[in-house]
Order: sequence, then C-alpha cells, then structure tokens
Amino acid sequence: MEEEFEESHRTVPKPKGMADPEARRWEYLRYILYRPGPWVPEEATQGTEAVKFLERMKVLVIGAGGLGCEILKNLALSGFKDIHVIDMDTIDVSNLNRQFLFRQADVGKYKAEVAAKFVMNRVKGVSIEAYCGKIQDKDESYYKQFNIIVCGLDSVEARRWINATLVDMVDLEDGDSIKPLVDGGTEGFKGQTRVIIPSFTACIECQLELNAPRAAVPLCTLATIPRQPQHCIEWAHIIAWEEERKGDTLDTDDPEHITWLYQKAAKRAAEFNITGVTYSMTQGVVKNIIPAIASTNAIIAASCCNEAFKIATAMNPSLGAPAEGENNYMMYSGDDGVYTYTYSYEKKEDCPVCGITAKKIEVDGEMYLRNFMDLLAEMPDAQLKKPTIRTEGQSLYYQAPASLEEATRHNLSKKLSELLSSGDEVAVSDPAYTIDFRFQLIFK
Amino acid sequence: MPGTTPPVLEGAPTDKQKKYDRQLRLWAASGQQALEEAHVLLINAGPGAAGVETLKNLILPGIGKCTIHDDCKVQDADLGVNFFLEQSNIGGSRGDFLKNNLQELNPDVDVNWIWDPLEDLLAKHDALKPYTLIIVVPPVHPNSLSKISQHCQATDTPLIYLHSVGFYSHFTMQLPYAFPIVDTHPDPETTTDLRLLKPWPELSALVEQKTRGLEAMDNEDHGHVPYVLLLLHYIEVWKLSHDGKPPQTYKEKNEFKQLVSAEGRFSQPEGEENYEQAIAAVLKNFNYPEPSSAVKEVFKSPECQNITVSSANFWIIANAISQFYGTNGVLPLPGSVPDMKAKSADYIQLQTVYKEKARSDVATVLGLVRDLEQELGRPQPIEEREVEAFCKNAAHIKLVRGRPLQVIRPGENVEWGVQAKSAVNKLSDPDSLIGLYIAFLAYDVFCANHSSHGIGARAHEPTEDGVDLDWNSEEMAETMYKIIDVLIKESGRTLEEDELEEIKSRSSKFVAEIVRAAGGELHNIAALTGGLVAQEAIKIITKQYVPVDNTCLFDGVFSKTSVIRV
Ligand SMILES: [Zn+2]
Repeated sequence: MEEEFEESHRTVPKPKGMADPEARRWEYLRYILYRPGPWVPEEATQGTEAVKFLERMKVLVIGAGGLGCEILKNLALSGFKDIHVIDMDTIDVSNLNRQFLFRQADVGKYKAEVAAKFVMNRVKGVSIEAYCGKIQDKDESYYKQFNIIVCGLDSVEARRWINATLVDMVDLEDGDSIKPLVDGGTEGFKGQTRVIIPSFTACIECQLELNAPRAAVPLCTLATIPRQPQHCIEWAHIIAWEEERKGDTLDTDDPEHITWLYQKAAKRAAEFNITGVTYSMTQGVVKNIIPAIASTNAIIAASCCNEAFKIATAMNPSLGAPAEGENNYMMYSGDDGVYTYTYSYEKKEDCPVCGITAKKIEVDGEMYLRNFMDLLAEMPDAQLKKPTIRTEGQSLYYQAPASLEEATRHNLSKKLSELLSSGDEVAVSDPAYTIDFRFQLIFK
Repeated sequence: MPGTTPPVLEGAPTDKQKKYDRQLRLWAASGQQALEEAHVLLINAGPGAAGVETLKNLILPGIGKCTIHDDCKVQDADLGVNFFLEQSNIGGSRGDFLKNNLQELNPDVDVNWIWDPLEDLLAKHDALKPYTLIIVVPPVHPNSLSKISQHCQATDTPLIYLHSVGFYSHFTMQLPYAFPIVDTHPDPETTTDLRLLKPWPELSALVEQKTRGLEAMDNEDHGHVPYVLLLLHYIEVWKLSHDGKPPQTYKEKNEFKQLVSAEGRFSQPEGEENYEQAIAAVLKNFNYPEPSSAVKEVFKSPECQNITVSSANFWIIANAISQFYGTNGVLPLPGSVPDMKAKSADYIQLQTVYKEKARSDVATVLGLVRDLEQELGRPQPIEEREVEAFCKNAAHIKLVRGRPLQVIRPGENVEWGVQAKSAVNKLSDPDSLIGLYIAFLAYDVFCANHSSHGIGARAHEPTEDGVDLDWNSEEMAETMYKIIDVLIKESGRTLEEDELEEIKSRSSKFVAEIVRAAGGELHNIAALTGGLVAQEAIKIITKQYVPVDNTCLFDGVFSKTSVIRV
C-alpha cells in the first residue's frame, strides 16, 4: 500500500515514517508548525506543542453566510478544533450561488446549523457548535470563552455592537480578556480584511467613516420631482405603501409585495417619462441588495482565516500586531486587475468606543435639537438613528420610556444654543448599542 | 461578444434568476451566458487544493462545463488541505471523488474527470480542443507545460498557471495576443462626459430656452434649472469678456466658479442646490474630452489599422470609431446624464437631448461599420446593439496584450525580452514581489530536477531537525541567483554590488519560506488563490472588467499582492 502511494502520487513530497494517520493527514500544516521560517520569531513555540496549542484555541465565527461558510471550512482545515458559529438567518435560494455548504433542499433551514453539520461531517475531528440567533442575545460571559473572533457580517450595526462589546471587556490586568477580532467584508469584486486588537489598535468604530451610508434622496424629490427610476421605486416604497397599504407590514421577501411596489413604481415612472424601472431594480433598491460572488468571498474569508491562524500560532507576523505603525487593514479590489492596499489604520483618540476624549464636532448653535438628531443619523462617523441625548446636568431628549420622551419632547424645537454652551459635552446613547457616545459641541 | 451590460430583465424573476441574482447584478445576463458556454480544464497535480478551490468558485456561479485532469490517488495528506475529499475516499482516485463532491455544488454544471497520464493526453491530436480556458497546477513537466502553452497560443485559448506553496501563491495568465475588452465596468465617477466645452446645436438651443430670463425667475424656478444648463449658460456669459474662449486654466476655472457663485441665491435658508452642484462640477467637467492612452493604443494597433474580412467585430468597430474620432475630434457621446437638482420634465428633456445625440453618433458609427463591411465583403453584418454598446463605453475600452508563459527548464535561461528593464527596476523595489515570482521559477527548476518527489522530499519528517532544509534552500537559492543574474544581464543594466546583495538576500527569504512548506499547501492560501484565479477566469470568460496583466503574486506573510508583467 505504502509503495503504491509513492508510485501513483508522483508529485507530492512524502516524509517517511509518519505512521500516525493524523500526523500524515496534517502533513502540510505541520511543516509550517514544526519548521522555522525567516519571519518566525525565535521564541515562538513550534512542534507538537504548537499543534496542541492550536487545537485548544476556541474560535467564534459570527455569520454563516457568504463569508461564514468559507470561514468555517478554512478554520477547520487550518487545524482549529473548537469552533462556534452564530447566525440568525435562514437559507434563501439567492444564497446558493456562493454559500457552498447549502443545497436547494436546505432552503428555509438555519444557516448556522446546516453549515456546522456539513463541515463537521467533512472534516473529521473538528467540533462546531451552532447558535441560531442574534449576537445581542449573548453577553460578556459568553464572549469571554473565546480566544479569537472571526466576523463575516453584512450589517454595520452588528459589527459595531460586537466591537463595542469586545472593547468593553478589556481588562488591562488580564491578557485573556483581549479578544482579537478579525473582520471581513465584501461587495461585488471588492472587499477588506482587518484585524482589531481591542483597545490597542483602531477598532471598528474608529473606522466607521469607511461604512458611510449612501446619501438619502430628499423626500420632496420623491414626492414631487422624481428623475430617476430609483426615485420612483423609493416613492412606491416609502410613500405609496404607507398611503395605500397602511395596515400591511411590508415584507421585502414577499414576491406579492415586491410586485406591487414594482408596478406602482413603473406606473409612476411612465407618468414622468422615466425609463428603466425593473423588477430586479425594485428588489435591489427596497432590500438594499449588495452584489455578492463566490470568488470575492473566498478571497476575503481566506485572508481573514490566514490572519486568525497567524495570530493563533505566531507562525508568521499577523496584521494588527499592536506595535506602532503595524499594518492592520488589507483593502482588496478586483475590478481592474488585482489591487491590494495594506496599511495601518490609526486608532482615534476621540473614538467613542476605544478612545479617551469626546469627539469634537462643529455645529451651528442656531440649529434645532431635532435637526441635530438628524445630523447624528447622517454623520458618517456617528450613524446613530435613535439617539437619546443628555448632558452631565440635564436630559435633552429621551427616546423611551414614553413618560420621559414626553417630558423631553419640547426640547426638540429648541435651538442648541438655548440648551447648551459652546464646548459642552453631550452623551448620546442608542438602543442598537450598549455604550454612550460622547461629543463635544463647538458652535460655529 | 458581450457589449456593455444591458439592464437586468423585466418582470418577476425565474428560478434561475433568483438563484444567480447577486451575481447578475455584476455581469448581467450576457456575462452569465458567456459563463454557461465555457468549458474549463483544470490540470491538477501536487496537493491541488488551489485548483479545486478555483473550480468551486466557478461551479457555484454556474460555469457551463468543467473537467478535472487528475491521476493521483487520495492519501491522508489530501484530507488536511482539500475540503472536497473525505476519509472514505482514501486510496481511491482523487479526480473521481473531486468530480462527485464538486458536482454536488451545482446541478446546472457538467463536471467531468479525466485520468490519462498528461504526456499521453497531450500526445493525442485535438485533446485540448474542447476547452475554452485551461488552468494548470504544478508540478508539471516543462515539456508538457510548453505543449499546453503552445496549443493555447495557437488557438487563442486563455491559460492560467498557478502555484500555491505555504504562505505564498502566484499565477500567470497567458492571454491571446490581442485581448480587447469593451465592457470594462469603469468607476461610475469617471464616466460622466457632459461635453460642456463642446456643446452641439440642440444642447445650445435647450440652454437658450431654459435659461432665458434667469435673473428674473422666481426662487422656485431659479433653484431648479439643471446645473448642466447653468454652466453652459455662464460659459457663454464668460466668453463675452474673454475673447470668446471658455475658462481653461485652473485660475480661470476658479474665477469662473466665483462668477457662478455670485449668481446663486444662497441667502435663502436652504441655499440653492443646483448652483452648488454647478460650482462643484466645474473642475471635473471643464475639459476637452481627450481619449485616454488606452483608447489611443487601440486605435494605433495594427489590428485596428489593417482590418480584414476576418477581423474580429471589435476591430471593425474600433476602426469605425477611430474614423469618427478623426472627423469629429471627439469619441461618440456616451449619452448618460448624472442625477441633478431639476424638475422632472426639465431633467427628462435634458436627458433626451444627450440620448439623441448619442443615438445619432451611434448611427454615424454604424454607417461607417456598414461601409467597412461592404468594402471587405464581410458576409455577416455586426449587430447594431454591439456597435451601440461599444460607442457607449468607447472612452473606457481596453486592449490587453497577452504574452507567452515563461516555461523554465533545468539548465536553461528564461527570456524576459521587452520586460527585462522593468523587471530589474521592480527587483530593486522592496515593495514589489517580483522576487517571489523568481523564487517560484527556481521552485519549478527544483521540481524538474527532482522529478518524482519535488521539493522537500529530502526533508525528514517534520518532528526531526530540518538539516536537509538548508540543503534544499541552498540549491533553490543558487538557481534563483542565476536567474537574477541572467535577467540583469539581459536588461543591460549594471547594479552596484551592495544593491545586488540586498536583492539576493531579500529573495532568499522567499526561498526559505517556500522550502519550509516542502511543496505543501496551506488551505487558507490555496482558498485565497482559488478566489483570485476564479475571479480572473470570470473576467476573461465574460470579457467584462479588466483582467490581471499578466502575473499576480500573493504574500500571506505580510498580506499583500503585487501585479507584474513578465
Ligand atoms: Zn475605536
């Protein structure tokens, strides 16, 4: 048998004397774990100890979608044995063009469960525990058990939540409280990998401006002077639905609802001589669909897992090493050839999550509190949609409970200069996040 | 040939459209159709995970057919790196199990497996004929690689040759000598072409009509004049005091901005958005629309200048458009207008003026195309929509010149030709990964010299000391230094002794890291490489977006890539 392998498997080097099938199976990985390299620090633990260390690592994967499926496969084939995965979504037919652990027959089932089962069946000896629910269901005591967190999410809100939670968990006296976060994201042929060492390197919130929301089309354009097919779709979505189907909750996965919006939008477009409204565009606008393909997910997920592997083993330097100037971000673009930009995203002193000072913003003192709230929603580095605002001495506006909302509502139509002095600090909280965001308001 | 991506279909989606929705938004039905007509051959040797991951990323989006050439037996080490094999496959034919496990990913795709020894396969006449794209994963004998490369050159079949070893990977694409792309998907920011300095009569008439009595308009009307018309109006005003010339220098453009700014009614509480948009558009749009060097390169190429009866459609249309450019001094108008503050009817009217001009340009080009077809006696007329798509993206077309793959043989040198000088420049640049490319050339020499076992075969099992590693590294480094010396000589440059030393010491680290992996793949790097290669394959097959020209290197130690032309 042994002879036959040598003969037919003509090209692969095959160290002799590896009697243990487990050692033979992980042969390629062990070359790396056992052998020194030009960039492996001398003090790095290699050999059997390195294997054991890797196997004891507990990794959490957030998201079992396009990136998540790839991440689970990659971690299982990188020697990690104790993997957990969280995802609240169920499988949709439009996932099948890239989420390769799912089949037609799985449509409707929980992603985390199906993905975990598939990888465990394929890769012997790996354990993957699935949780089908929201990351917000879990608290610090849950996140504490992990050594590394790898994140493949499409929601900015969820990223900000886990980031704030991990930064909040840091206890400088206790090295184990620092949980490296490896975060990937893709859109079409583009993507990025970043590594965050909470409270040491730039966190997700420090980098929030990279996820600036697209500017919304003004309501008056939608209502009176549409010019683009998208304007007609937004009109159907925001205005017509409210007027004509008030009782129904819009379900963007319901084909009847999308068809209704599409027909409304098409009719409106015809009235204004606007061309180009299609069903597909309607769906894209209403669901805010981001194009996604297998190959980009493969690139970014693999890059994330390569970083996780290097963090876990020190078998080469990883992104995010907390030394000054070390790169922590790899931007990737495949539209025009292949282009990557690997750099160091600087930590911000005034980051509301990991910084120490309040973020300074210049505002017009004549602005009403109501408009200031809109500003908080629009600012690329704030993006707070339901802010509750207070100063040290007073409550300016509370979203809830109803009694406090009522008691503070009159402030909405006051000017900032009536409520505050230039240079005052306000604390803003938002139900989507666990922390306070501090802003120092400087009047223009 | 697919043109500029048409809008995605009308009406409720079919099952297939639902499944592929997220990718159709990128390459549309035309790209999907091209994918479905493709047949990819993967020649899979070595651990082979990168090749298999590439196929996975092509099968998921629905490539028509793929065939795996693999004559290995599954052994334990495969399971540690290849996700599409499992315990029960041990001892069986690797290609057979890969075929089954890959087929499961997408029933729309036809997955096949062939196993004849590569030399025998290549000896058969027409053996490679069915394939529209060939991907080769080494180790492969240089004679075989040469044969494949020659077949691909002779038949204009794209070829991708890749390595994935340890933390490093590489791929080189051998594209047909002429690989033109119309649908490059340029950044939308760069595609606006308003012709503000070259208005045509219909546009000028619209300006005249819509800006008449501008100063006297009420705020509502004044605040809704589309900025394009405002700018065209103020250019005429400006010309009155500037010898009939529009603002040209940076200084003049800024003065012009002030002129416009002074007319905006900014004292209203909400400002005046159309004037703000006008001011913001000045610097970006006050240029004569000069074709890019990429477009001029197409016009100058012999294929464009000497068209024949059998020229590809691309060249016939390119020739017609270069004639159009010769006559008009501009390319055909793309005809799209960005969104701007305006009343619906005014905006549609403006849009129509641009669209009609674009249509008339297409008609002119089409006329030239028909003339050429008649002159050349071409039997089949080019479809109008292909001409239209070309005109729409004429400013962003691109020609990639394919180069033959460098196949290295033990004891022989590789030739760099016209690329020698730039290759040496890159060698001196510590940020370039060209040293890694050369290390992979040396790796191929090593594999050829130690044919049946490849690199690292002498290494003891990893639990023991790696004494022999040094020996491998030395041998590979020697080969690499030789390649570097020959390259420098070919370039005609001389390097200072210490610079050369630095280059060699930098490159020797690539060798050390490659030898460390003993020819083995790390799954992460294989998966990443499979993503990159699949991405390029999709771009080549759909003829959309712009492919790598022609070599890409990935460094998983420091998480970066380099693209070089060799
Ligand atoms: Zn931060």
